[in-house]
Amino acid sequence: MAIVCKSAAEIEKMRRSGRIVRQVLDHLKTLVAPGATTMDLERAADAKMKELGAKPAFQGYYDYPCVLCTSINEEIVHGIPSEKRVLQAGDIVSIDCGVVLDGYYGDAAITVPVGDSLTPELRKLLEVTEASLYRGIEQVRIGNAVGDVGAAVQAHVEANGFSVVREFVGHGIGTRLHEEPQVPNFGVRGHGPRLREGMVIAIEPMVNSGKPGTRVLDDKWTAVTADGSYSAHFEHCVAVTKNGPEILTQ
Amino acid sequence: MAEELRADKESMSKEDAIEVMATVIEPLPNAMFKVELENKHQVLAHVSGKMRKNFIRILPGDKVAVELSPYDLNRGRIVYRYK
Repeated sequence: MAIVCKSAAEIEKMRRSGRIVRQVLDHLKTLVAPGATTMDLERAADAKMKELGAKPAFQGYYDYPCVLCTSINEEIVHGIPSEKRVLQAGDIVSIDCGVVLDGYYGDAAITVPVGDSLTPELRKLLEVTEASLYRGIEQVRIGNAVGDVGAAVQAHVEANGFSVVREFVGHGIGTRLHEEPQVPNFGVRGHGPRLREGMVIAIEPMVNSGKPGTRVLDDKWTAVTADGSYSAHFEHCVAVTKNGPEILTQ
Repeated sequence: MAEELRADKESMSKEDAIEVMATVIEPLPNAMFKVELENKHQVLAHVSGKMRKNFIRILPGDKVAVELSPYDLNRGRIVYRYK
């Protein structure tokens, strides 16, 4: 499979699905509070997507049961929303949302603190992870390599004493949720496929406060840190344009 | 949703070639041959290094196996000469 470059018209469709993802995430952010369950967020997301006219992308993808991934604290990604998971003050929850509109996918994620009582260390984890996403986005220019993105993310994360998850990576996106190329959050400058105009990639740094190892739980989906340390996750879909990166999910 | 890192990296390239039987029509310079496939298409094919290494001769009229590139269906590589 080669990397698909999208036409201007296709990118416009992806802009629309990206905008919807952004609206859903912004709405969910307001609902995150101590006492809320991840299933509450799931229901709200489902309703919001219907309201905006888009279909959820995750539900049914390799039999994933829900429309959101909600991952609390030491959960890295792919946490399954449940009535039993109640958010507590001081938790961090990462919400990953995907939609498909008119055949084109949008995928983005944010990590949100629950309540105001976050430890300074966790606050730093969130800031560094989000900043590393933007460091990666800056590298998205015609002629750069996919490895430049990963190298930039990794450099920022490790300079701040955190670690980059290796087992999960970003990806191309378009008429399918996951397309070529894979976009690791670690890498070597100059390695990997060259970015060309019309490519759209989802960059999603996953950062652990401790060691980079991961483990998947018995539900076959939820990925957690091997050493129990906390993990943050942010994601944007970025198009490669003549004028540099365009964040479709802003 | 994050994707799992594929360890195999080069999942592409290697063996995407399409192997077909063909008859050799005429020889061209530099160990190239015009060959005709079963579907009457004519294709430019070159003799594979393995065949040259083992001094296997090819003449017009031979039935050969040709590997076609998925990137250009008009070019191929002669990989076997049938008896």
